[in-house]
Amino acid sequence: MDDGLRNELSKQGVVVVKLEELYNWGRKNSVWPLSFGLACCAIEMMAASMARYDLSRFGAEVFRPSPRQADLMIVAGTVTKKMAPQVVRLYNQMPEPKYVIAMGACAISGGPFKQGYNVLKGIDRYIPVDVHIPGCPPRPEALIHAFMTLQRKIDAQKLTGPDRARHLNAELPSEFPVPLFGEHDLVPTKNPNVWEPAVVVR
Amino acid sequence: METLEQIKARAEATVPGAQLSVVKNDSPCAQHSLLVDVEHAYVVAQFLRDDPQLRLDYCSNVTGVDFLDAELSEKVKVKKVVDGVEKEVEEVKKTKRAGYLEVVYHLYSMSLKHGPVILRQRTPGRADPVKVASLTPLWRSAEFQEREVFDLYGVLFDGHPDLRRILMWDGFKDYPMRKDYREPDDYEYEPTPHDEVLEKAKAHLPKQEVKA
Repeated sequence: MDDGLRNELSKQGVVVVKLEELYNWGRKNSVWPLSFGLACCAIEMMAASMARYDLSRFGAEVFRPSPRQADLMIVAGTVTKKMAPQVVRLYNQMPEPKYVIAMGACAISGGPFKQGYNVLKGIDRYIPVDVHIPGCPPRPEALIHAFMTLQRKIDAQKLTGPDRARHLNAELPSEFPVPLFGEHDLVPTKNPNVWEPAVVVR
Repeated sequence: METLEQIKARAEATVPGAQLSVVKNDSPCAQHSLLVDVEHAYVVAQFLRDDPQLRLDYCSNVTGVDFLDAELSEKVKVKKVVDGVEKEVEEVKKTKRAGYLEVVYHLYSMSLKHGPVILRQRTPGRADPVKVASLTPLWRSAEFQEREVFDLYGVLFDGHPDLRRILMWDGFKDYPMRKDYREPDDYEYEPTPHDEVLEKAKAHLPKQEVKA
């Protein structure tokens, strides 16, 4: 059905949608984040959920205290190497479909602690991240922007076909290996199925 | 409060055999500190806490310092015969100093409202075992901070009730705050490297073809 006909029908009070659109419309407007913060970015995340910035306009005000009830993990703050296995484990415990926003300089790259000995250089080394937000910390507006980006991403997901969403494709993993504490570093230091360093040509 | 020299003299009189010395701080803050030998550290610290004139009942801070093996150079004036004339010539005298670890305690008195008195313990070397006396039985506030010094510098505290790693995980083998620590090489992706990071990132750059 083309858009013109659909438009005409809606003028007559007949709403026609594809199942995919209805499904994604429902999902994108009720994304429940996990109430989970690691550092100062979590303060901005809390501010975003409060009255002034009001994340509930996007259907995301219900911060769930259990990963079993959450759809979205906002990795808000510094992920230390000691915390990284727990972050991956929490992600594994979330039911599909699930999404990740890496919030702030630390969560996307290690940030100001990049050269340190105990900070992970980006959570995307272990779990797939849907939206990265830079900033130290990002303002609540930036988190809302990331949230709207995620909503557009959910809206564009396919229900069928080879490029269908991950939670509808049984061949794609929904759990990712939890890194172990090694003698000098985490073992392994990255999950090559999720993250490969981009080739930097100089 | 008494000067550090007076405290040192009284402590030496009270604790027989204690080897105390004053470590001078030449910077404008002039916070001199009291270096105590490891064997008598506990008794001297007990004296500092219980002495009625000092009553240093509060340990605000415990920290570790790492000194690498170093070559100290000192300018010495030497009389020399130059061209048949005796002259005073400045010579650089070099001495080697073995490295050591230090644990520094900052002590205050809550009841008498004075402080700080800075107490240091020094290990003989940097290799294992690097043992100092734990002062946790005297000041509970030192417990976590001594654990942190153990975690990051590898100093063992004799008499500590619960000496485990506190920031790093239990199986971790290194001591990250030691000056000879090298962090794991995970510099494979550096979008904007500079300075030291650039040097480390270069090892991961794709090999460029050499043009003939």
